[in-house]
Amino acid sequence: MQSSPAASASASSSASGGASSKPTEVLESVVIRFAGDSGDGIQLTGGQFTAASAAAGNDTATFPDYPAEIRAPAGTLAGVSGFQLHFSSRDILTPGDRADVLVVMNPAALASNKKWLKGNGVLIANSDAFTVKNLAMAGYASNPLEDGSLADYQVFELDLSRLTGDALLGLEMTAKEVERCKNYFALGLVFWLFERDASMVEDEIKQKFGAKPMLLDANLRVFRAGWDYGENTELFQVRYRVPAAEDIAPGTYRSISGNEAVALGLIAAAHQAGLSLFLGSYPITPATDILHELAKHKEFGVKTFQAEDEIAAICAAIGASFANQLAVTTTSGPGIALKSEAMGLAVMTELPLVIIDVQRGGPSTGLPTKTEQSDLMQVLYGRNGESPLAVLAIRSPADAFDCAFEACRVAIKYRVPVVLLSDGAIANGAEPWKIPDASTLPTIDPNFLNSAEQLPGGKLLPYDRDPQTLARPWVYLGTKGLEHRIGGLEKWDKTGHISYDPQNHHHMTKVRQAKVEAIAQDIPAVEVVGPSSGDLLVVTWGSPWGSVRTAVKELQGAGKSVAHVHLRWINPMPRDLGEVLQRFGRVLVPEINNGQLVQVLSARYPRRFDRYNRIAGQPLTVAEVKQAMVELLPD
Amino acid sequence: MSHNIRVDLKPKDFQTDQEVRWCPGCGDYAILAAVQRALAKQGVEPHNIATIAGIGCSSRFPYYMATYGIHGIHGRAPAIATGVKLARPDMQVWVATGDGDSLSIGGNHFIHLLRRNVDLKILMFNNRIYGLTKGQFSPTSELGKKTKSTPFGSVDHPFNPLSLAVGAEASFVGRFIDVDARTAAEVLAAAAAFKGTAFVEIFQNCNIFNDGAWDHLSQKEHRSDRTIALEHGKPMIFGANRDKGIRLHGLRPEVFTLGENGLGEADAWIHDAHDSDPTRAFLLARMTWPEFPVPVGILRSVERTSYDEALCGQVEQVRSTKKADLQGLLNGRSAWVVA
Ligand SMILES: Cc1ncc(C[n+]2csc(CCOP(=O)(O)OP(=O)(O)O)c2C)c(N)n1
Ligand code: SF4
Ligand SMILES: [Mg+2]
Repeated sequence: MQSSPAASASASSSASGGASSKPTEVLESVVIRFAGDSGDGIQLTGGQFTAASAAAGNDTATFPDYPAEIRAPAGTLAGVSGFQLHFSSRDILTPGDRADVLVVMNPAALASNKKWLKGNGVLIANSDAFTVKNLAMAGYASNPLEDGSLADYQVFELDLSRLTGDALLGLEMTAKEVERCKNYFALGLVFWLFERDASMVEDEIKQKFGAKPMLLDANLRVFRAGWDYGENTELFQVRYRVPAAEDIAPGTYRSISGNEAVALGLIAAAHQAGLSLFLGSYPITPATDILHELAKHKEFGVKTFQAEDEIAAICAAIGASFANQLAVTTTSGPGIALKSEAMGLAVMTELPLVIIDVQRGGPSTGLPTKTEQSDLMQVLYGRNGESPLAVLAIRSPADAFDCAFEACRVAIKYRVPVVLLSDGAIANGAEPWKIPDASTLPTIDPNFLNSAEQLPGGKLLPYDRDPQTLARPWVYLGTKGLEHRIGGLEKWDKTGHISYDPQNHHHMTKVRQAKVEAIAQDIPAVEVVGPSSGDLLVVTWGSPWGSVRTAVKELQGAGKSVAHVHLRWINPMPRDLGEVLQRFGRVLVPEINNGQLVQVLSARYPRRFDRYNRIAGQPLTVAEVKQAMVELLPD
Repeated sequence: MSHNIRVDLKPKDFQTDQEVRWCPGCGDYAILAAVQRALAKQGVEPHNIATIAGIGCSSRFPYYMATYGIHGIHGRAPAIATGVKLARPDMQVWVATGDGDSLSIGGNHFIHLLRRNVDLKILMFNNRIYGLTKGQFSPTSELGKKTKSTPFGSVDHPFNPLSLAVGAEASFVGRFIDVDARTAAEVLAAAAAFKGTAFVEIFQNCNIFNDGAWDHLSQKEHRSDRTIALEHGKPMIFGANRDKGIRLHGLRPEVFTLGENGLGEADAWIHDAHDSDPTRAFLLARMTWPEFPVPVGILRSVERTSYDEALCGQVEQVRSTKKADLQGLLNGRSAWVVA
């Protein structure tokens, strides 16, 4: 825990409205991690603590670490679900490298999460669950709560099951029902410990269990019992307070996950273009929540089509694009592999289409619930033929709305398929997002060709082009006199008729490439964060942005000559990137893959690049990227 | 879907300026002409129609139709067409596909299209061969067939497209032979008018790689003995002299001769295309020569809610009760203010 200079002692209100007798220590930032069985309500608990922290004015960033298996047997390592929250009185960009506080509901949770707890960190353990059987399942030969192996931590043991049971005495509940309330005890305790506003959780319990009076009563009781336990037990001598952040831009905020923000960005773009949104999708982790979110919003005319497979999903989207809708398909890496032939069709037919790839660990089924950045090459090059595609990537949950909006805008303006890359950490992670004013969102002009009247020569040229964007007309389907045929065979430029002419194919190949490159005129110049020249430049794309930006700022604070460039657009790249790269002694590219962007950069820009790659299914930490930078800096 | 119907449309209004590239003598020509005649008769103008195809000789179809069209990728036409139809239910959508395109690579899309009952018409040109790739066996080729990829004879058991369709919940199932213009006109008109997925199998001759595959049925001298033209509500009588009938023994069809064994027209199976139970349609689909005459015409035509209608209906229903408030959506349920 990072202490604030002004540590104070004070008394504050309790869940039941009384004053606390214990002193409060003020901290700048805290990272807390909850871990337990998938059945322990960890994600819910984490989400509620996040909401309360955000409401208290903290900046927050979260990282849900889902179990590999949905219904793994209780108590096993495979069934452990984790949720990490970083809350702070400063502007923060990552969910934190390691936790100050770790709450574990069983031995398996401890075994798989201990490595995330800082030295001397607070460990709150549900000691009831440390049974012989559970210890064995977690691979412990002896009980770590007793064998001294946790001496480096401040350990707080709670008999959660018993304490929960005590709180529910007199209610007619089964043992199983009692067990299911215990996460509220833990939540009540940490709410007390960090002075969070209890009324938010109480309201939520009321909403959730309103129709079931007994469960309502039970959960409220347990939550308050957790709070009171903190207040009354000798175990905890001090409470902590992370004051509201002051360096956050004024505005209205909400907490948002990457997947949610993508969905909202798509709806907003369709709205601003006056188009109906069409989603063709096939469920796949970690992309499915975009489908779920969009399926809820039919009031915006959104049509979601859950297809029989990924191929059908993108093909239906292509059909819908031909029929003038804002067409989108969402998936993860394995789904992109299936879609690749149809992505080529979209390139050939030059139709607007947004293809969203929420990356996960690969190859093959890989690590479905873990994050990775390893589809960059796949989306750039993973198709037959010369098949250039526009590609941009999201850097964080709060960036996802803008990126989704931008992908739609460019797809429509240039009549091209655009790939939007996200990843598992962004998709499920959440952070505060400054809600935009809908009335100030830019409008997007679909610029349909919807009349045959003004056509030169009275004839439609489906592959005629706008000289600036090289975009072809988006013909409004059903317009009399504009009937035309498109398809995957090579076209004559302008007429769109089938052509096997060698010169024409050469020309069209170049045109399709030039069209993607033309998008660069819509991309702002490179933003160099830090000195405009110097010893080291770190270049990122996607989710490592937060860790790298944090590490760069820390090194800059220590007087190092380090700068950071983050690429939202990867194809095309900003036009001045090559020139910026030349101004630094070393250029480091950290990625959660085996070095993909670094290969693209190496092929494009004639200079030496250094790389940092860790492919462990986890976000890069601030510490490791900082270390990688330090190694490249002159002493 | 209410289109402006024109009575003055001619087949040539559906013809494009593209040179038709099928081999001379290919059965596809007759099908194209039949479709253009049927559409002219229907009177829906070309700009209100979209023709979607996959890849194959048959899938060149959209280039020759003066409608909106997409020549897509192999096997995926049902999916592309579904997207067009869901986006624009006011368009009339036709799909042209081959036996390989729809039953091999596109088999999955094919069955799901039928199950969903998207309102579009799918014409499957069954020549029992891969034409475009120059003569490999297809999922409808007969066992033992010698092709370039099966020099010792195919060991692949074929699909019966119509029984597959009925098994996949198809609501409209029809069939005609490329050279049979009369049945073609009847089936195409009914398919055009049908609301839901109308699946039509067309026996098509590929005179280059599988010439004569349907001769045993299509030759004038055999046709009335070896096929039976189904008519809804009529007894199933066939033969050049209309002297043979089909009757049902429980669930087993049987051919009989009128006037023999005391059997007459009154004993024949009465074809009911609108029977909601698909059992009899399945029996019809399984009837093959030489044991039975092969049914042509409309085997099944049973309306049920189409997918596009249901989806759009749901969207409309929600829209009528809930305002599309973008700012409200962005705000979500628990926003806070940083001053
Ligand atoms: C992905 C893919 N695989 C294979 C092919 C090659 N191919 C084109 S058409 C075809 C078979 C066509 O057979 P069918 O659908 O029966 O059409 P026909 O040519 O007989 O009308 C094949 C294998 C292709 N175009 N695309
Ligand atoms: S190969 Fe066969 S199916 Fe293809 S165009 Fe020639 S005759 Fe027709
Ligand atoms: Mg064929």
